[in-house]
Amino acid sequence: MIELVSAERCIACDKCITVCPTNVFDRGTDGIPVISRHDDCQTCFHCEANCPVDALFVSPRTSPEPEGAMAKDADLLTDGGLLGSYRERLGWGKGRAPAPSLAIGPPLRPGADPITS
Amino acid sequence: METLELTADVFVAGGGPAATWAALHAARDGAEVVLADKGYCGTSGATAAAGTGVWYVPPDPAAREAAMDSREELGGRLADRRWAARVLDETYERVNELAVSARFPFPVGPDGRQLRNGLHGPEYLRRMRALVRRAGVRILDHSPVTELLADPSGAVAGAAGYQRQGRQDYRVRAGAVVLATGGCAFLSKALGCDVNTGDGALFAAEAGAELSGMEFSNAYGIAPEGTSVTKTAFYHFATFFRADGSVLEGASGVRRSPIARELLRGKVYCRLDRADEQSRAAMRLAQPNFFLAFDRMGVDPFTEKFPITLIAEGTVRGTGGIRIVSDDCATTVPGLYAAGDAATRELICGGFTGGGSHNAAWAMSSGSWAGRGAARYARSLGSRAHNRRTLALGEAGLRPGGRADGDHREVIAAIQREVLPYDKNYLRHGNVLTPALASLDDVWTGLRASLGGTGELSVRTRQAAAMAAHARWMYRSALARTETRGMAKRLDFPAQDPGQRHRLHTGGLDTVWVRPERTVVEAAS
Repeated sequence: MIELVSAERCIACDKCITVCPTNVFDRGTDGIPVISRHDDCQTCFHCEANCPVDALFVSPRTSPEPEGAMAKDADLLTDGGLLGSYRERLGWGKGRAPAPSLAIGPPLRPGADPITS
Repeated sequence: METLELTADVFVAGGGPAATWAALHAARDGAEVVLADKGYCGTSGATAAAGTGVWYVPPDPAAREAAMDSREELGGRLADRRWAARVLDETYERVNELAVSARFPFPVGPDGRQLRNGLHGPEYLRRMRALVRRAGVRILDHSPVTELLADPSGAVAGAAGYQRQGRQDYRVRAGAVVLATGGCAFLSKALGCDVNTGDGALFAAEAGAELSGMEFSNAYGIAPEGTSVTKTAFYHFATFFRADGSVLEGASGVRRSPIARELLRGKVYCRLDRADEQSRAAMRLAQPNFFLAFDRMGVDPFTEKFPITLIAEGTVRGTGGIRIVSDDCATTVPGLYAAGDAATRELICGGFTGGGSHNAAWAMSSGSWAGRGAARYARSLGSRAHNRRTLALGEAGLRPGGRADGDHREVIAAIQREVLPYDKNYLRHGNVLTPALASLDDVWTGLRASLGGTGELSVRTRQAAAMAAHARWMYRSALARTETRGMAKRLDFPAQDPGQRHRLHTGGLDTVWVRPERTVVEAAS
């Protein structure tokens, strides 16, 4: 679930509010998105992937993280190389190659086409 | 606030692959198109969050025959060769179009040629949104449809819904409607699937349309326990273990019933220890999202055991859906078309999962055909298209028989209790399905009387109604198929019965009916 919106990093572009398929966010009075409907988060990672400044973090767990969890701590996530890691893997952002262009996985059977998605 | 009133030649409900291909083709055919997505067109749905293989087979007759043969038996011989051939043709065209005109960054193989057999979801749908906008389609994001409109003859004449972010009702009077709302995964949190609550099937049934193949609705995806990541291809490299550390024999990425049985007793663990070093690095490139769960939980899936679970994917990965009656994906109701996972995929998959490549091919193909078909139908109406008297068709969850004091959350929990557990929906037995269906019928009776609302609440109550309807069509059909065919396995009828080699149609709301398809499925060759 979405666990972190870093007010320090956020540039109030509203992108996450716009792209969230389940309308989890509202815009706060200061422009920073507020997680208003946490229960509706489907853990699809789109808000994080679309954040141009890596201000968001989605925990892979479909239940809320406890207070003090790493998923809520921008510094710990940065140190662990996790903040912004999905966007980077997708190849989104300046100077990055789109992930599909590199997506040659192993074939599941000898002679079969490689898995590419 | 006043209702937003719009007109269109074609109205498309949904915003995933089928919806965007439908909108694109309707617009190319000269239609004015409005597309309304429950979420955001570009991130909504099962494909955008995940990614998918594509049933992309070059037009070499032997390769095409082999592709069609490969699912013939698995699907219980319920697929239709003619449809499979036309889907292969259309998919080949559409994927090539993506590669050439839309410049999708497909990877390049060692022979210098692009590999076009897969699509990363986030990139694919982001580009589809751009194509649709460029074609002049008006997109309504965060605008779930709540009901269809019909003219006095019963022909579908538009749709109504609610804009969640604009907090405003909307109504679109249209010449024709394409339902591309996805399948139904019962809010199971399968990756990207919580917008897929089967709404389109409910709308279709209220308009008088029929469904087909609803017994093929018990797909479950493997995910690391407690997560949403239901990407399953790489479990091909897995060994599965019981809690005591012993190997769970017979379980594999595709053979999941031993996993389901063991999960009823205790935990099941997994390790991707059959992947060699070279494969491991390549897997990360092929599916960046598969590794999200592991990287973020600090697990090395190749060397460490991790607990797994199975998550219901209902008719998203199953094949049942709205019945199609013509080559342009019309339903039995004039002016109403269906595409993608909202429609039955039995025509190309039979009763076996359409997960991955087949559903993706079907979405592109059926979407393109439905969009064109809807545009032509709308044109045939001339000036009447936008000027018909319309009636609103929504009933369950919108206009209750009594006081609207029901709680949609309780209704949804009651539905989930009957459809999510493995011992009810996956390991199916008549003795279990019968009482489950009775409970669901009670849920339906209750919600018909007491569930309703306006605005945001109506979105939730309609989702509850759609899931209840879906569950009842599923179990009624599952009980009618007294044999094992495709994914519709029955513990009490473990053998295939040659006398039941027919599709099952279903429909109805207050009274659910099931009947075998009258025309015999054509022989395989």
